[in-house]
Amino acid sequence: MKAILTLDNLASGLVTTIWTPVFVAIFLAIIAYAFWPRNKAAFDEAARLPLREE
Amino acid sequence: MVSGGVFFQRESAMPQPSISKTMTAGESGLALIFAVTAFLCVVASAKALDAPFAFHAALSAAASLAAVFFIINNYYDRPAALPAAEINGRPNYNMGPIKFSSFMAMFWGIAGFLVGLIIASQLAWPALNFDLPWIQFGRLRPLHTSAVIFAFGGNVLLATSFYVVQKSCHVRLAGYIAPWFVVVGYNFFILIAGTGYLLGVTQGKEYAEPEWYSDLWLTIVWVTYLLVFLVTIIKRKEPHIFVANWFYLAFIVTIAVLHLGNNPALPVSFFGSKSYIAWGGIQDAMFQWWYGHNAVGFFLTAGFLAIMYYFIPKRAERPIYSYRLSIIHFWALIFLYIWAGPHHLHYTALPDWTQTLGMTFSIMLWMPSWGGMINGLMTLSGAWDKLRTDPVLRMLVVSVAFYGMSTFEGPMMSIKVVNSLSHYTDWTIGHVHSGALGWVGFVSFGALYCLVPWAWNRKGLYSLKLVNWHFWIATLGIVLYISAMWVSGILQGLMWRAYTSLGFLEYSFIETVEAMHPFYVIRAAGGALFLIGALIMAYNLWMTVRVGEQEVQMPVALQPAE
Repeated sequence: MKAILTLDNLASGLVTTIWTPVFVAIFLAIIAYAFWPRNKAAFDEAARLPLREE
Repeated sequence: MVSGGVFFQRESAMPQPSISKTMTAGESGLALIFAVTAFLCVVASAKALDAPFAFHAALSAAASLAAVFFIINNYYDRPAALPAAEINGRPNYNMGPIKFSSFMAMFWGIAGFLVGLIIASQLAWPALNFDLPWIQFGRLRPLHTSAVIFAFGGNVLLATSFYVVQKSCHVRLAGYIAPWFVVVGYNFFILIAGTGYLLGVTQGKEYAEPEWYSDLWLTIVWVTYLLVFLVTIIKRKEPHIFVANWFYLAFIVTIAVLHLGNNPALPVSFFGSKSYIAWGGIQDAMFQWWYGHNAVGFFLTAGFLAIMYYFIPKRAERPIYSYRLSIIHFWALIFLYIWAGPHHLHYTALPDWTQTLGMTFSIMLWMPSWGGMINGLMTLSGAWDKLRTDPVLRMLVVSVAFYGMSTFEGPMMSIKVVNSLSHYTDWTIGHVHSGALGWVGFVSFGALYCLVPWAWNRKGLYSLKLVNWHFWIATLGIVLYISAMWVSGILQGLMWRAYTSLGFLEYSFIETVEAMHPFYVIRAAGGALFLIGALIMAYNLWMTVRVGEQEVQMPVALQPAE
């Protein structure tokens, strides 16, 4: 039985490379979320949060 | 020392005469743990292998006994019911730990600036060492950096994070003893670390000098901090988690990870202060600067950006310029900062590709840094006139300008060819201080000038005129400091690389040291001005608390108008 979770495997080209597209995809999703037109009203409201309290 | 009354106010609990008074699990459990700790510390002190360890163990024993005393004493003094989460439908905010941290921030700030002035003077006039081991530059320098970053900055972050998380979640801070454990425990860590430096106890890792037992204690305190902050967010009444809380959370979580990653050490003995780090060679260096640069990125940046996103809108009475930008600012910073550490190890044994990676990510950091700066500055649109009349807002805004300046300079210095000139010179010191004095210092001063009247329920500051004096004196001090270090650093770098026509080095090392002298004197003068500004501030805040006019309280019977 071959061990899968070895240091050599974790440092292999595929595993280290895959993070780049994964992180880029997550970041693009975050940008889409920030600019999604339907979220605008909620964000404008959140921008005023420090001003409405007590 | 102030009397306890400055921090503790009798908190009004809901009248519940029927319940009988019992100790909470936290009270009895902590009292027991501290009693056992006191005993173990006495044993450790008796068996200690070195004098500083014996001193620290005795100090910890005394502190543990004091903790047991305070917990039991507070139990007998308090009403049967714990402070209510809400009074008449309004959150009953917990201000005690915030007041304590604000006070300690001011105290450590002055101590840290003073030690900075002493070591700046020692560099200009080495005789000021007085040949005493305890006040050698090598021991005072970590005392200065830890006092200003972790003691002053850390207490500002504790105070503001506990304030902002309550106010933006519309809920009382989680826990009864836990928030006090965090603020007092953290300051005890500072005490152990700081006295350790003077006695020669150090791991020798920059910004991570505290030895293994202080590190263990900090881990316990920090995890409690994370829990108090998280549980407060979980209990929130406001559905949206405000962006400042994201930044605070990133700061708390990342500092925990960095602290654990950089400090796995094996003590020589459980009864001695010396330990050896698990990492070796270049791995140790890489871990160290992964830690070191992200202490800049997440302690001195993310935490203080949280202050920017709450205190500037609040003080300017304007909404955040772009909330969308704040979301992208946050995530871009998180994704990029963690890779920038290798730029501290240019032209070392670190593999070349790693150095280039660190440089590349440092340059990419320009974008989120300037995005954040623009977001902070533009929040003033429609309120720019307030800069003329409100020196506190001016301080906050100038801090953001310094943030922009030092985050422009940093990536530039991370470029390898620039670094070949700037590395190991005073330019680095100038860069660090434009960020530390201009950005972290001013944003902290601005936040404390806001926070103290709010937490102590005062109408306003004792004197805005004094804030104005503080602002101008400190600004002049910063300008003297950073311009002296720029000139000195570049001069130093150029002298080190100057060759004669025969290929010999043109200057001996001592000649370059001699050339620095006038700039070291100017730097010390700048530091002195910065310290004077802080003393004016301490007086102003003290008078605000002592003689400031009470804010008129809403009668409790009335419902607040929505």
